[in-house]
Amino acid sequence: MGLSGLEIFKQLPKTNCKECGYPTCLAFAMALANGKASLDACPDVTEEAKEALASAAAPPIKMVKVGAGDRVIEMGDETEIFRHDKRFNHPTAVTVEVKDTDDLDARLAVINDLTFERVGQEYSVDMIALVNASGDAGKFKAAAETVKGKTEKNVVLVSEDTAAMEGALDVLAERKPLVYAANKDNFEKMTELAKSKECPLAVKGEDLNSLAELVDKIVALGYKELVLDSGSRETSKVLADLTQIRRLAVRKKFRAFGYPSIAFTSKDDPQEDLMQAGVYLSKYASIVVLKTDKKEHLLPLFSWRANLFTDPQKPAQVQPGLHAIGDADENSPVYCTTNFSLSFYLVEGEVSSTRIPSYILSVDTNGTSVLTAYADNRYTAESIAAAIKSTGLEDKVKHKNIVIPGLVAVLKGSLEDESGWDVTVGPREASGITKFAKEKFA
Amino acid sequence: MAVEILKEKYRSQVREVVLGATKDEGGTRSATIKVGGESTLPFLHFEGEVPNPPVVAMEVWDIFPEEWPQNLKDAFGDALNDPAAWAKKCVEEFGADLIALRFKGADPDVKDASAEDCIAVLKTVLEAVGVPLIVYGCGKLEKDNAIIGPIGEAAEGENLLLGVAEQENYKSVASAAMAYKHSVIAQSPIDINIAKQLNILISEMSTPLLDRIVIDPTIAALGYGIEYSYSIMERARFGALNGDRMLGMPMIGNVGHEVWSKKETFIPVDEEPGWGDQAERSLAWEAVTAIALLQAGMNILVMRHPQAVKLVKQNIDELMQDNSY
Ligand code: SF4
Repeated sequence: MGLSGLEIFKQLPKTNCKECGYPTCLAFAMALANGKASLDACPDVTEEAKEALASAAAPPIKMVKVGAGDRVIEMGDETEIFRHDKRFNHPTAVTVEVKDTDDLDARLAVINDLTFERVGQEYSVDMIALVNASGDAGKFKAAAETVKGKTEKNVVLVSEDTAAMEGALDVLAERKPLVYAANKDNFEKMTELAKSKECPLAVKGEDLNSLAELVDKIVALGYKELVLDSGSRETSKVLADLTQIRRLAVRKKFRAFGYPSIAFTSKDDPQEDLMQAGVYLSKYASIVVLKTDKKEHLLPLFSWRANLFTDPQKPAQVQPGLHAIGDADENSPVYCTTNFSLSFYLVEGEVSSTRIPSYILSVDTNGTSVLTAYADNRYTAESIAAAIKSTGLEDKVKHKNIVIPGLVAVLKGSLEDESGWDVTVGPREASGITKFAKEKFA
Repeated sequence: MAVEILKEKYRSQVREVVLGATKDEGGTRSATIKVGGESTLPFLHFEGEVPNPPVVAMEVWDIFPEEWPQNLKDAFGDALNDPAAWAKKCVEEFGADLIALRFKGADPDVKDASAEDCIAVLKTVLEAVGVPLIVYGCGKLEKDNAIIGPIGEAAEGENLLLGVAEQENYKSVASAAMAYKHSVIAQSPIDINIAKQLNILISEMSTPLLDRIVIDPTIAALGYGIEYSYSIMERARFGALNGDRMLGMPMIGNVGHEVWSKKETFIPVDEEPGWGDQAERSLAWEAVTAIALLQAGMNILVMRHPQAVKLVKQNIDELMQDNSY
């Protein structure tokens, strides 16, 4: 991605006039390529050159925003096909569908209440998609009023009828909803509507070809805040289309597909609906619209999203040292684990669900797990004893008892000798901590 | 403007592994199952072949699974007391493609069942169902090494998929597979280099075994590090398609085993009101774990809850629909 210094250099005046503060045009080009300078610094650069450089340096997928104020959701701006190469930037916006024929007060109350807490992270539904199922413009507008009054969530307005869209958009324009959708018949009017209210616009094709054509037509009308829908609804076809859209944008810089994407589930059964949503979330959809509004369905989906969009290159470590869970005091139990984030978060999650204020001593194992660190001689009687000393644990609690993972039960004797503490062998898996704590510390 | 569909050209394909053996082939299975063989990433039919759909194996234990949550036990009822009836139910009622028989009772701390005990159970299960079998020990190395040989011998020719060979402990399983014509699960700890190394070690014992290895990359449950497994699998599959012969095996994942020990599957809703109904949540947890892994190239999913199995099998059916342009 991005242009090389030489490619940029070709577009510059090549007069070496030094106005930009660099000794030569080439030096300036190099600085530009490294993101250290801005093109504005050169007074003589031509308009054509500006345009050529801007479009060539643009990211393969444009960032498009939906929502306003601190509720803005950023979409697109992705550069990768595979998660292991580099982090996926913007987590899929999980969107629940409601219809203008539903009992909206009730449904919105349920959706507003969908917030989840798991391993210290909070999730909630990102958007609602209001569907003009009635086919009636008046009803759609009235539903938009209800939405405005009853929820602060971001909105996707779903109607291909421009009159209905106009009415609803009048109500909700300040929320910057996603206008769904421009199709081959209505695109001029839809584009005008979205453009006049400065709202993002979804473009719905009948297949990839017609989608690309339609995008080009809308871009020619001067609007680029777009979100793509190939129109497919069968699981396998949607997977293929989302893959092509991402690949062509990233690998070929195919402009018509350089926008975020939206996918709709097509099932009536809430469990099947969840399965489809899982596929689309795994493979590149920027927005997934699904029907189920049950906590037990959405929690796994949010968890998968949280996992998929983590940074694969960030060393999976937490700060070694002593971590207090709850209002830990001098009588609180002490658990010992490594500083591998996965181990630590597991233990932390379990310890906090015991609701007994506790300490977790995270020993610096260079981010390796209990067993690996044990095998590598990083998680040993010596290293644990040293951590007890260096964290001042002896002054923090007035007992001398520490719980070690069941997987390294063999360390008990040597750690007792080394540290002078009593060692309790805990469960082998973090999932056993709740039961263990109930028996030992409750 | 016509869109130019971007089709990757890969140099190679995943090896095809056959599980089970019919009467003609020296076993007693009513049909065999093929896994692997794909020449593209998961379900991208538009650029390559996916000749065999991923399959779902359902877990059957030699003892009553006391530790399972009640809603999971309820899905099977009395059958859980009898491995043969349990297996039959999985195949006939729940559509399991294979049975994964786990000898939990062999654990010295559980029942310390002997090799003979295990063999007796194996025989009743082989008789009760016609699908190919996967066999797991109890997870304690010493004991598993002691029983795997006799088990392999007793089922000679059945082409069981025997688990599990690990880097530090692969010989007993690989020898049993070699001697009695079975296949092998080669398990590596979320590490692509160890996966490769282990396949090399096994193939050094017997080259023909190369076509009878299934990689277990070690999977984590949703919310417990699944992304590590996901990325390791994507990399392994990418390597396989680009010609790395020692990574080119189909992959298996112990989904049920990982998922059903996690608290999301058993904490009741009154303890975590934000998490929703436990019964529904638990099976959704297993199903979403499975469909995520399918997207990274999983070929064999070992699962537990019948409804999760049904959902995943339907997802596979849908994803096997041609999506060529
Ligand atoms: S100001 Fe422009 S023309 Fe002058 S040296 Fe810098 S880049 Fe070259």
